[in-house]
Amino acid sequence: MKELFPRKQVMGFVFSLILTAVAVTVYFFDMSFEVGSTILLVTAFVQAAVQLVVFMHAGETGDKKAIYTSTFYGLIIALVTVFGSLLTLVWAYY
Amino acid sequence: MDFFNRFAIPNPTPTIYASMVAIALTVIAVIIGLTYFKKWGYLFREWLTTVDHKRIGIMYLISALLMLFRGGVDAIMMRAQTAVPENTFLNAAEYNEVFTTHGVVMIFFMAMAFIIALMNFVVPLQIGARDVAFPRLNLLSFWLYFVGAMLFNLSFVLGGSPNAGWTSYFPLAGTQFSESVGTNYYMWALQISGLGTLMTGINFIVTILKMRAPGMTLMKMPMFTWSALVTNIIIVFAFPVLTVTLLMGTFDRQFGTNFFTMTNGGDDMLWANLFWVWGHPEVYILILPAFGIYSEVIPTFTQRNLYGYKSMVLSMVIISLLSFMVWVHHFFTMGQGALTNSIFSFTTMLIAIPTGMKIFNWLLTIRKGKIRFTVPMLYSLGFIPLFTIGGVTGVMLAMASADYQYHNTMFLVAHFHNVIIPGVVFAMLAGLTYWWPKMFGFMLNEKIGKWAFWFISIGFCLAFFPMYISGLDGQARRMYTYSAETGFGVWNMISFIGAGMMAIGFIIIVYNIYYSIRYSPRNVGDDPWNARSLEWATHNPVPEYNFAVTPQVNSSEALWDAKKNGHKLFKGELKEIHMPNNSGLPVIMAVLFFVFGFSFVFSIWPGVILSGVGIFSSMAYQSYMKDRGKHISVEEIKETEAKFGGGKK
Repeated sequence: MKELFPRKQVMGFVFSLILTAVAVTVYFFDMSFEVGSTILLVTAFVQAAVQLVVFMHAGETGDKKAIYTSTFYGLIIALVTVFGSLLTLVWAYY
Repeated sequence: MDFFNRFAIPNPTPTIYASMVAIALTVIAVIIGLTYFKKWGYLFREWLTTVDHKRIGIMYLISALLMLFRGGVDAIMMRAQTAVPENTFLNAAEYNEVFTTHGVVMIFFMAMAFIIALMNFVVPLQIGARDVAFPRLNLLSFWLYFVGAMLFNLSFVLGGSPNAGWTSYFPLAGTQFSESVGTNYYMWALQISGLGTLMTGINFIVTILKMRAPGMTLMKMPMFTWSALVTNIIIVFAFPVLTVTLLMGTFDRQFGTNFFTMTNGGDDMLWANLFWVWGHPEVYILILPAFGIYSEVIPTFTQRNLYGYKSMVLSMVIISLLSFMVWVHHFFTMGQGALTNSIFSFTTMLIAIPTGMKIFNWLLTIRKGKIRFTVPMLYSLGFIPLFTIGGVTGVMLAMASADYQYHNTMFLVAHFHNVIIPGVVFAMLAGLTYWWPKMFGFMLNEKIGKWAFWFISIGFCLAFFPMYISGLDGQARRMYTYSAETGFGVWNMISFIGAGMMAIGFIIIVYNIYYSIRYSPRNVGDDPWNARSLEWATHNPVPEYNFAVTPQVNSSEALWDAKKNGHKLFKGELKEIHMPNNSGLPVIMAVLFFVFGFSFVFSIWPGVILSGVGIFSSMAYQSYMKDRGKHISVEEIKETEAKFGGGKK
């Protein structure tokens, strides 16, 4: 029976529910904008990672290396672009 | 009549009317010619609907050469206008349109098409594949590029050309300062051809990752294929930014949004930022395939292995990452302060390191080699010193504080032409001459080719080195004239003479093509250059299925192994070959896209809606179409192979 029980998926599902619950607290508790957005950003990224790995089976085929390489490559470029733009258009003027 | 008023051009002059007549006459002549010689069917069946990567490559090539001459004429007009002070050959409005058109045509419709032409033709052959991964998508890519280019060229005679520079900075490009539909043309022509480029990017990544011959691991790919892989990865990450930016620009101009306006919460600097987030990787999209071509040409004509294969690959991967981290150096003077500028100054200078690695690798490949001074090799040898000068002036520009002196002067213009012409254009001409026998089955005349090389190289030095001086003296770019007291006159005159020499060089190349078609011997064999990689292992010209038997590979220089080390390339028996069918759908979609773009430019909404519905219907039709391709039987392969001079090797 143990082999048939999708332990990883169930745990993943519970974990993603917890992440959602944590994100919802931002609405119900009175916290500053900075704290709230930090919680939202962190839970959002962890959530995305959980979905990718557990439910979209990112690491389970022969393409594992290619999938992770391109994901990280894209992530780095996206972060550089976003933070670079913020640096150039917003933060540089304070 | 109101409806037709929108098609009038804002600054009509006799020259433009004469061009209208000339364009109309050319179109009529082409149609009459095709009808008279009964070539419509041949053209449509064999070329316009072909999914063969080699023929698509050649169609890209022809379009790129046409655009090279379009952009070249613009360049000559600019140099002629500024050759003497206070010249009145062009007025300010015309000059704005000419330099905008020159930039857009040369980058998007010449250089991009040229690299994609060579990639299309060479990459599947180099990896031993029969075609690209998605042949029909490939044809659609070509057609989207082509109608984008045609739409852009149409602006010259209908509604007015864009005139806000190839960078099309807002607020200048907004409706307040650019009232004509010119900038709409810019947005839609680039949007449509950009979609084509994005598809090419996806197509080639899949092709290179999934369709390599047995034995060819990633680190055994020929260097041009490596450069194509890295380039297409950059395309896939960079072009979506352009797509979105152009769409936001369209919304600002045609639907009154405020992304790039100076009021209502818009930010005009956002355009510059987004444009260069795409624009700087674009520079590397152009130069990396050029590096790949030099890495093929130099080992062939020195008869040596490429020095430092691994470091060549590593440097390209590093460049691809760094290319996304430097875009702010295009607008150091925008006011973002010392900290931001220092960061981007640093990342920019970092790029000089992997590029320097490549330069040294080429030099060490040449060292102790048996150099044959053929035309492709001459371009490669000219590239190394001239490109290095361009690179060094690039490092000068990378110093943010010093950039305040260079910014928007002719110094900058000299710098980027100094990297693009010896870098990209020389590579294109080298690649064209090098792969010409593979494409058409005969060589281009070497002697005439060398004349062209010297005219273009010396012309280049004369045309662009004076700009460094006049730029440091303060001549701003994009100024249509200047007074005699500035002293810029002499430098600009030299520059004009250089531009004239380059023009003569390109005319010599055209003459060379004509001469070689008529007189060049046709029995050059399959491997006329004594080359090293797989594309030379098949027949000349290449049969439809590329290789009768899939080759087996055990190094990046498979053919050299076969020739010198007794490696057996073609093992196994002839088998039935599965090939894709031709398709007319991409042509139809291209026409619909053209109507869509044209209607959008002039805000003719019924046209937009109808063609939009047409585009989506074609996509749906394509999705549900069952097409199993065709099979070439063993008998047919044997027949073809026999025609090419007997069985497999």
